[in-house]
Amino acid sequence: MTSTSGARAAPDATAGGPVGVVARGLAVRHGSRRSWALTGVDLVVEPGERVLLTGASGSGKSTLLAAVAGLLHDEGTEVTGELTVGGRPPAASRGRLGMLAQDPDSQLVMTRAGDDVAFGLENAGLPPEQIWPRVDEAMAAVGFVHGRDRPTHALSGGEKQRLVLAGALARRPGLLLLDEPTSQLDPGGAALVRDAVARVVADRAATVLVVDHDAAPWLPLVDRVVELVDGGLVEHGTGWRPAPRAAGLRLPAATAGPVLLAADAAGYTYRGTAVPALRPTDAALRAGRVLAVTRPNGTGKSTLALLLAGLRAPTTGRVDAAAGLASGVRRGGTAPHRWRAADLVTRIGTVFQNPEQQFLTGRLRDELALGPLRSGEHAAAARATADGLLERLGLTEFADANPFTLSGGQKRRLSVATALATSPEVLVLDEPTFGQDARTWREVVTLLAEQRAAGRAIAIVTHDADLVDVLADERIRL
Amino acid sequence: MTSLAVGPAPDVALARINPVTQLAAILVVTVVLLSSLDLVTPSIVVAAELCLLPAAGLTSPRAVWSRTWPLLTSAASVGVVNVLLSDDAPPLAGAALALRVVGLALPGVLLVASTDPVLLADALTVHWRVPPRFAYGALAALRLVPLLVVEFESVRLARRTRGVEGGSNPVAQARLFAGTGFALLVGAVRRGSRLATAMDARGFDSGVPRTNARGSSLHARDAVFLAGTVLVCGVAVTASISTGAWQPLFGG
Amino acid sequence: MAEQAVRPSFTDESDASGPTRWRTVDIVVTAVLGVAFGVVFWAWGLLWNATGAAFTAFPPAQAFMYGVWLLPAVVAPLIVRKAGAGLFAEFLAAVVSALLGSAWGAQVLLYGLLQGLAGEAGYAVFRYRRFGWPQALLSAVLAGAMAAVLDLVYWYPLWSAGWKLTYVALVVASTAVVSGIGGRALVRALARTGALSSFASGRSRA
Repeated sequence: MTSTSGARAAPDATAGGPVGVVARGLAVRHGSRRSWALTGVDLVVEPGERVLLTGASGSGKSTLLAAVAGLLHDEGTEVTGELTVGGRPPAASRGRLGMLAQDPDSQLVMTRAGDDVAFGLENAGLPPEQIWPRVDEAMAAVGFVHGRDRPTHALSGGEKQRLVLAGALARRPGLLLLDEPTSQLDPGGAALVRDAVARVVADRAATVLVVDHDAAPWLPLVDRVVELVDGGLVEHGTGWRPAPRAAGLRLPAATAGPVLLAADAAGYTYRGTAVPALRPTDAALRAGRVLAVTRPNGTGKSTLALLLAGLRAPTTGRVDAAAGLASGVRRGGTAPHRWRAADLVTRIGTVFQNPEQQFLTGRLRDELALGPLRSGEHAAAARATADGLLERLGLTEFADANPFTLSGGQKRRLSVATALATSPEVLVLDEPTFGQDARTWREVVTLLAEQRAAGRAIAIVTHDADLVDVLADERIRL
Repeated sequence: MTSLAVGPAPDVALARINPVTQLAAILVVTVVLLSSLDLVTPSIVVAAELCLLPAAGLTSPRAVWSRTWPLLTSAASVGVVNVLLSDDAPPLAGAALALRVVGLALPGVLLVASTDPVLLADALTVHWRVPPRFAYGALAALRLVPLLVVEFESVRLARRTRGVEGGSNPVAQARLFAGTGFALLVGAVRRGSRLATAMDARGFDSGVPRTNARGSSLHARDAVFLAGTVLVCGVAVTASISTGAWQPLFGG
Repeated sequence: MAEQAVRPSFTDESDASGPTRWRTVDIVVTAVLGVAFGVVFWAWGLLWNATGAAFTAFPPAQAFMYGVWLLPAVVAPLIVRKAGAGLFAEFLAAVVSALLGSAWGAQVLLYGLLQGLAGEAGYAVFRYRRFGWPQALLSAVLAGAMAAVLDLVYWYPLWSAGWKLTYVALVVASTAVVSGIGGRALVRALARTGALSSFASGRSRA
């Protein structure tokens, strides 16, 4: 479909109003896959309705969303069935669409808040005297309290998402598509965004389609819930509630052992800043125990993780490893930040929030074998360890795949596996359940519980309340 | 390190000169300085540039130093190296070259201190007909710089968690650097693709002629500024020729 | 001056729409590439300062490492396959270098412009129809030559002819290897991660 010149957007809502979505027998298969992502979806969304589309990761939600947004034009993608947005093909209705995706920093364009909201209106060819009143109106509608001149880099994640929503709203869309808009935010930010959405949808000037694997928080805001299961759509009645993630989870018990790593009034101030990112904090990691570090917002908890993992030296206080943990270290004594990387990797395993940052190789098998190799194992032994882990995590079929091509949940499992490959006694994890759907969440939790039962000391930095409830033996609230 | 986290343009005198005017002035100065190798021309030009420092809000020696130390050190190095590696140049020729380097780079410092990328993009698209999709695409990418800097550091730390470190071996350091750079590039390309989709969702590709919400205007003072620049350069060249010091880059 | 309408990012394979029809994703990814390289350069500069005091004092030794600076000019067209991509990316990398405080001040901008242009010539010669090893090498060599000449004009005009020639030769050799061959290898590695799925370069076997 190359009717780009025909896609001149009607710049504003004078001839607008909410648009509906109708899908009949919609089936989609991507060029690179053998199986169909969507197998005959029937969905009718009336103009002005508010619908939640939920389902596990990989159930086809993103595909359906992309189809509605008119973004499914990769060569090799097969689309059968019927799909109209506002009575026209999705590509033709793109101008009446507003979208909010997951990562605010991949959606903001300008350096000042007002300019960013104005961006969409500039694209629509509106004269400046019409633009600024609408900018103010949209910012007020989402509850954005800072002025037009606020630098976008100074905003929190939730505020950034609100601003993106304002930018979408300013164009007076007929259909608002929200693609897991809170999945990368902490609870405070997520609440900010949901609150903004609630304000905005109240007048039903636009149809709203929310896509999120985490259904519970959206229930008060929507009229209907539909779920994608195996490529087909299931409609849930009112009064449906998703099963809690931790329901029926049986975790192995563990016994506490000695302290392996301790922070003693450890604090950190970034160079050039006056306010400490982390105030002096005490923490003790015991074998067979999980320590959860929580904080309402801000970066303090990630900083503590960096200190415990031996990646940064505390600017005040100290972080010490127990003698048993530090034995055999070639340099640095009991201060992990001075250990050589090869020594660190067999003693403290770290899992970053963004798994991709830790990928080093081009193949899964190599990725898993890297840690053991780096710590001095022979190639054959390292390979065996890697294969064992692959099986344990159900990733054997991807042994030769490039780590970057895995799905989000698989990458998460891979990053935890690579940390385990060298059998460290201490594990430090930063937001291990970030953005995970219920099934992967349970897998990660089970895996961590098994490590705890095996006598490892685990520190988890997180804002996931369920995770803390289910797994934490001790808590620190920063 | 100059922070790229931009706020509104600083409220300095030079900020009232349109960025494209400053760019045009820079062009003039560059052509004049590049084409001469003597001592007189750059001396006069640099003197004039130094007079503009207060207009850019750079009044304290510390502020000046923090923005100019890189170019000063490289100017010094240029002066020295040229004298060392040439056949027969006197030390004064080295000084002339060093001064030339300063004269070429200083206007850039002034520009950065008195404007911000958004105003620059606006000025370029309004006055110089730069295609807006490229200007604002570039702006959107520039916004990511502080994030990428943080990400680079995170990736470097992540490598340490995998047992990979540079140590003292330069080859190992280079390989580590290459790996870190690669991870950064992957993330950046991914992010760019998502950003493009978001921009299209806001009508970036609609084909409708874009307007500019902020606008950019030229005033009489811009013409005066540019004329002044040309005048100073003219004086510099004249003085250089009349004192016999003129030494063009090519020929002579 | 009528500007090319920008095509939406998702329509047809980037090749088929021709080398002058830029989609949004072509523009933004080129820009982000340039900016990311700028950040890499800044970090490279820091590394260099820490380890290479000898380097900075003796420029001919610097010539060996030159190829890194020219990667954007060579790599961007290989990925995006549009006319002007190398220029755009190299220029933006220079802008970021200047803003983050490179040791060379604002004239990196002129360098970025001219190096980018020279690199473009390498692809223009083939009418922007082919984006393989020969094109990458030619682009790298031309960009390197331009960079060396710029250095000679800007910094080292008083050198003897012998030193000048040596310098040009070293820089060109470095860029051919690092930007040309290295750049091509970099693009293929990127393609393997799946990050280039919006581009023909991410799908082809070439």
